[in-house]
Amino acid sequence: MHIPDGILDPKVWVTTAAVSGFVLAKSVKYSKEKMEQRAVPVMGVMSAFIFAAQMINFPVLGAATSGHLIGAALAAILFGFWPATLIMSTVVTIQAIVFQDGGITALGTNILNMAIVAPGVAAIIYKLLERINLPSSVKVFACSWFSVFIVSIVGAVELALSGVVSLELAVKSLAFWHSFIGIGEGIITAVILPFALKSSFGIAMKGGASHEITS
Amino acid sequence: MKSQVKKWLIASLLIAGILSLFASSHPDGFEKAGEETGYIETATALLASPFPDYTIPFMDSWVSNSLAGIIGVIITYFLFTTLGKLVGRNTR
Repeated sequence: MHIPDGILDPKVWVTTAAVSGFVLAKSVKYSKEKMEQRAVPVMGVMSAFIFAAQMINFPVLGAATSGHLIGAALAAILFGFWPATLIMSTVVTIQAIVFQDGGITALGTNILNMAIVAPGVAAIIYKLLERINLPSSVKVFACSWFSVFIVSIVGAVELALSGVVSLELAVKSLAFWHSFIGIGEGIITAVILPFALKSSFGIAMKGGASHEITS
Repeated sequence: MKSQVKKWLIASLLIAGILSLFASSHPDGFEKAGEETGYIETATALLASPFPDYTIPFMDSWVSNSLAGIIGVIITYFLFTTLGKLVGRNTR
């Protein structure tokens, strides 16, 4: 879901960049109050892990198409929404500046999509499923799948607002592919999460998604 | 805790440095949808990155991708921990 330069209309990328800037300012304010210094290396290594995992494109539908992890659900479930925005923003920014993956004008949009909407959706679904009796791997899968699926819809809206494609066509095509890519996201996240928790990266958990989305 | 961080860092380096060589090189969902609907045609890059598309320029082998991934993991870890120290709660 890395949008390159040259596609979005300036009014779309400027507006989304402003929204991202506003949310990230809140994230920084949150971390000044609540992010413990001892959690920093753990979140740092998860950022690095998410960066690495995003390089692994897996084939989709046997077609000449691929997908890769976003990792926003993983970060949001482990650390909660606000820290996840900082983790994902770090990854997305490095991808754009150092690796030309995602445009520089589209950076604010890509941050909104993958670093704010994606962990936000994951955190909300996590909260909604809290009281429902389901195996935790199923809940994690659902959070991850929805985070990818909703981001693809948001991306379609941004493209349609830019006037490069009709909303219907963009939603159809993006949601189609991402409903499959989301399955990959769900499986990978459900497999990785228990290992991360075993490494007691869940210092996080007391401040995890369920807690933070409400505060 | 420290040893766990080290373990995950090593896992990340292995994923970015080795497993990435086996990743699919087909267009991803966003690019594929862009081909189907046409919006990808105007895509461009306004900023020249040091390692475009996860490769080291002028290095024409798998080592290029592998190194780019390793560099990315290291940059990501250090950028987050450096910024994290600044924006994290000041306990002193």
